Amino acid sequence: MNPDIVRDILDKHSQEGNGLISILEDIQARFSYLPEEALKMVAEAKNIPLVDIYGVATFYKAFSLVPRGKHLICACLGTACHVREGPIIVKEFESQLGIKAGETTPDKEFTLETVACLGACALGPIVVVDGHYFSNVGQTEVRGIIEKAAEGFETADLEQDYHIFPVEASCPKCNHSLMDPSRIIDDYPSIRVTASFGRNHGWLTISSMYGSYKVFSEYEIPKETVVHFFCPHCHAELKGATNCVLCGAPMIPMIVSGGGMIQICSRKGCKNHMLDLSGVNL
Amino acid sequence: MITLTINGLDVQVEEGTTLLEAARHLGFPIPTLCHMDGLTPYGACRLCVVEIGEGPGAKMVSSCTFPVQEGLKVRTASERVLKARRMIIELMLSVCPQSKTIQDLASKFGVRQQRFRQEFKDCILCGLCVRMCEEQMMAKAIGFRGRGESRSIGTPFDIETDVCRRCGGCMFVCPVCELRCTYNEPEKAICGGCANLVPPCVEKDQFDDMMCYMEPCVACEITKD
Repeated sequence: MNPDIVRDILDKHSQEGNGLISILEDIQARFSYLPEEALKMVAEAKNIPLVDIYGVATFYKAFSLVPRGKHLICACLGTACHVREGPIIVKEFESQLGIKAGETTPDKEFTLETVACLGACALGPIVVVDGHYFSNVGQTEVRGIIEKAAEGFETADLEQDYHIFPVEASCPKCNHSLMDPSRIIDDYPSIRVTASFGRNHGWLTISSMYGSYKVFSEYEIPKETVVHFFCPHCHAELKGATNCVLCGAPMIPMIVSGGGMIQICSRKGCKNHMLDLSGVNL
Repeated sequence: MITLTINGLDVQVEEGTTLLEAARHLGFPIPTLCHMDGLTPYGACRLCVVEIGEGPGAKMVSSCTFPVQEGLKVRTASERVLKARRMIIELMLSVCPQSKTIQDLASKFGVRQQRFRQEFKDCILCGLCVRMCEEQMMAKAIGFRGRGESRSIGTPFDIETDVCRRCGGCMFVCPVCELRCTYNEPEKAICGGCANLVPPCVEKDQFDDMMCYMEPCVACEITKD
């Protein structure tokens, strides 16, 4: 656990009176669980007895005190899903993953949980994996769901998703195009910049598809690292005035051909991005 | 001052007094378990239940947390109240049948049967220890964890904390008193709860002439007959 991250979260919430739940939510979002040291830091900073924080953390099901897996599988066992053979689905997940409900696989890939009701009883039995809903799940579909989750839902389906389109980016400082036709990602030239973190300094290419999150880099970037971006042509740092609303890291601006700006979050793992078309005559 | 009627008697008490305090001021006994002078009222055990109002609109409230109201009509021992109390005791007895405090209550209120499965838990979640720790000992070392069926009392992460001074206040106030009950070493026992367990001499014949701490000894009476 990185104490600086907890300190950042505490700083972010220092203005609000107590804000315990928001702080715990942010910590849970960052670490996927509530580490003991983090709770102690919160107790100290907020001057709340640790026992009270522990009581809140154990009261809400959204909080977990043990590390959760990369993918969270939530099977509904509400009344409607129960009569529509929800327990059989849960058993199938248990046997396929080799864990009991509420546990995490030893490789920290999957966490299986049951939930009392998701409020969509007509679609039961329902399974939610990483925020993606599966309705009318049959026993035979379980394996497919696990495989899909392991693959990741984030890989964009280029042929079917109309929300995805390619953009051409250029440096906001020297206006030189950042497109790299020699590296093709998602069937389109990628956006190439120079990335710097710690002592590493090397190229980094991003898919030019707006909505795809594919990134390749010369050096392996550890998760949660904030990376500095530089233009490979004029060597100026690409740094905007705004910070990411999700994680607080600086947003990286790039000019989009045809007008407008695209901004991406500089933190590895954060998927925040936005397309700013203000002042553009369409 | 507020005037209210308790069991037909008019009484004048200060605003902010609870029904329990007002009834005890008049001398009406109301049994309590989670109530203790010096600790904030909690209303967890519901044993102090009384009936307020009249006719079909009569309500059952926990008197330890209910502040007095002008013209309120209170009955502390109506048939409905006694029935509710017996049920509460029976339920508590099924959770902690080994507790002397609850057994005494059961015998006092004529609970002669147990229709529920006995669980032999060591806590009835009355919250006395939590409040004792916080309000009298100024420590906040223990608290409630979890909710529903998995609700329990203990320290964060179930480990020893520096906050706890080991004052023993929590064990002193505990009505279930599992921690101090020393079964085999009666001289160390404080709560006397072990007297309600099956005495060791009944289970082990070879202790026929052992020094008995119970006077009169239940087990000896049984074997003599």
